[in-house]
Amino acid sequence: MSKIGVFVCHCGENISATVDCAKVAETAGKYDGVTFSIDYKYMCSDPGQSIIKNAIKEKGLTGVVVASCSPRMHEPTFRKACAEAGLNPYMCEMANLREHCSWVHEKDDATTEKAIDLVRILVEKVKRNQSLDAIKVPVTKTALVIGGGIAGIQASLDIANSGHKVILIEKDPSIGGHMSQLSETFPTLDCSQCILTPRMVEVAQHPNITLYTYAELESLEGFIGNFKAKIRRKSKSIDEKLCTGCGMCTTKCPNKKIPSEFNEGLGTRTAIYVPFPQAVPNKPVIDRIHCTYYTKGKCRICEKVCPTQAIRFDQEDQIVETEVGAVVLATGFTVKQTDFFPEYGYGKYSDIITGLQFERLASASGPTLGEIRRPSDGKIPEKIVFVACAGSRDQAKGIPYCSKICCMYIAKHAMLYQHKVPGGKSYVFYMDIRAGGKMYEEFVRRAIEDDGVNYVRGRISRIYEKNGKLIVNGADTLLNAMPVEIEADMVVLATAGVANEGAEELAQKLHVSYDSYHFFAEAHPKLKPVETNTAGIFLAGACQSPRDIPESVAMASGAAAKVAGLFSQDELTREPLIAVVNRQAAPVYSSCVGCFLCVSACPYQAIEKEEFKNRTGEVIKTVAKVNPGLCQGCGTCVAFCRTKSIDIQGYTHEQMYSEVMALLNEY
Amino acid sequence: MVDFEPKIVAFVCNWCTYAGADLTGTSRIKYASNVRIVRFPCTGRIDYMLLLKAFAEGADGIIVSGCHPNDCHYTSGNFHARRRWIMFRSLCDFMGIDTRRIKFSWVSAAEGAKWADIVNTIVASIRELGPYEDYKKVVKKPVKEVSNG
Repeated sequence: MSKIGVFVCHCGENISATVDCAKVAETAGKYDGVTFSIDYKYMCSDPGQSIIKNAIKEKGLTGVVVASCSPRMHEPTFRKACAEAGLNPYMCEMANLREHCSWVHEKDDATTEKAIDLVRILVEKVKRNQSLDAIKVPVTKTALVIGGGIAGIQASLDIANSGHKVILIEKDPSIGGHMSQLSETFPTLDCSQCILTPRMVEVAQHPNITLYTYAELESLEGFIGNFKAKIRRKSKSIDEKLCTGCGMCTTKCPNKKIPSEFNEGLGTRTAIYVPFPQAVPNKPVIDRIHCTYYTKGKCRICEKVCPTQAIRFDQEDQIVETEVGAVVLATGFTVKQTDFFPEYGYGKYSDIITGLQFERLASASGPTLGEIRRPSDGKIPEKIVFVACAGSRDQAKGIPYCSKICCMYIAKHAMLYQHKVPGGKSYVFYMDIRAGGKMYEEFVRRAIEDDGVNYVRGRISRIYEKNGKLIVNGADTLLNAMPVEIEADMVVLATAGVANEGAEELAQKLHVSYDSYHFFAEAHPKLKPVETNTAGIFLAGACQSPRDIPESVAMASGAAAKVAGLFSQDELTREPLIAVVNRQAAPVYSSCVGCFLCVSACPYQAIEKEEFKNRTGEVIKTVAKVNPGLCQGCGTCVAFCRTKSIDIQGYTHEQMYSEVMALLNEY
Repeated sequence: MVDFEPKIVAFVCNWCTYAGADLTGTSRIKYASNVRIVRFPCTGRIDYMLLLKAFAEGADGIIVSGCHPNDCHYTSGNFHARRRWIMFRSLCDFMGIDTRRIKFSWVSAAEGAKWADIVNTIVASIRELGPYEDYKKVVKKPVKEVSNG
């Protein structure tokens, strides 16, 4: 005989404002098998949990239904409370009265009725729950960090410094990411390279870090603590062991007119190249798309000049297979290019540039060696316009969110321009100035008050070229939307920060969720900002949403702390909600007939064959068997099974049918 | 059908639609209270006999919803569910089960508003179709089970 306890939570007023909690508890108390029911203001609080624990001990409850928030929120809390009171944690279920009822319906009888129904179906389910024991699995104490920008670098260093092995992969020839492209950083105006490059070197020299640049993730299989990663190391066409990074090849390469990715197309590079002077590793790669040898079949000059004979034209991509226990995703973001904006000339005016291109112009190691010169004719612009929210916060462009970093870097750009071009005039067109952060607002005030940057609150409607000038049409909304026209020499668009191309495919490879803008989704917006919905995979930096350097670094350290926590144990406990094939006494052994349809359904290759032999060793029956280490508990096999021999613990046939029956049969 | 309140059962996966419906709540988007959600680990787990069971027990409409194609937490469960749904739908048509009463959809964990829309749409359309008396007529009501509780 079941003794079920029902615990209805008010969640302050979140539930009780629309649901009559006392009535729910009272009605539930009358159901068969329910021996205790109560409502309380905060079930998740300490006294709330004590009510549950005491009831389990005093009333000898065999099952618990907590009717409160989403089980995605507090299921672990209540299962733990049950376990502490001596009840098997899997004998506890939650009815979702908050997210699925009180928050989405008006206050009326129908809402309370729905709450009662939700409780009833879980009472019926929990009657059929079975005590389960958590599964223990070993942990591989190596982390895979994907992306070598500042977030990936920070995460790798933090994990490595906590004593664990790290494999860091970066798709470009060097680590450093967008931060290495920046000239100065707000709000301190310290040079980006100066603070970043020592960290890059530290990564390369750290005994716990294996660095694969020019490498991408091919596939990831497995589960928390036990992933199997395949990494494609793209061919660099050089023997890295022999290469000394002398730079002879890059100086002699005749193919010198390739737009440099690092300089955002404002400078050029050779076909065999090191992306920038401080690159880590400081060894070149051959870009096979542009190299004359690969396109036309001859040249091989680099091979001739290389003093250590390190060039390998026939080198092939290498697949590295490795086992890792956790993954940190730090793949960063990208910015919209100027051709995304028809109103600003579709990118056909070379003097309209992106913020990231301006960084390269302002950088001492950039194509103009730090002088602000316009790309078209190299003249120093006397009037410059900065356009905030180019694409961001623009529903019509499909980017309704704020890109977060632009307000700050525009103030920095305008400030750098004023410092570098004395007497120059700069204008910033903005919607709002969002300068939330330590010393951020002060920084913007400095740009306006000390450096004399003209801030105009309004939008730009159009930019076109006339007599070598860029005519910027806008409005000043603080002066009654008075039209403003500026004849500028150069325009910088703070283009929206967006997810990387291919972010969606990567997310699908890793089975992590992503939002409608293809940024990776965190497990909980407030309380699990660095976790994903897939256990063992964590997020760091701007791949989750646009963010600045301090936030990316903080997030990376957060993710690293999670990984270190995971690696602090030798064994992991996993939810036992997995599939099992029934077993019966000989000579039946199981109702499974051995059709193995389940094998074709299982995405994890978790179903094996088990043979039963008679005394003479003859195989008399072959049936399916689930490997509990591999099974993830999706239950696809359950729906496939024609003899209903396979069932999934926690979602058994009996439980699901009784839920449906309890839902619609009025008691 | 002025006073008719349809009973809608929703079979949803834990990772996308259940989370999406949670987001509807977190976003305080209101929708019709006729729906009762049953949580599954994955749409791939949903045995379509459960849909018939729900009709037999008195449901007027059913929603089956999981992750968008390619977004399945378990790689491919939603594809299996979709393929099975196509088969099941023809079977229903053959048997004379009103497939207008079953809504198969994808709602991701980020689509709180879409979930509310789907529920409201199906409630409105079932309200128009009326109670599913036809099915109830052919199904013998089982003798009320004595709870084994």
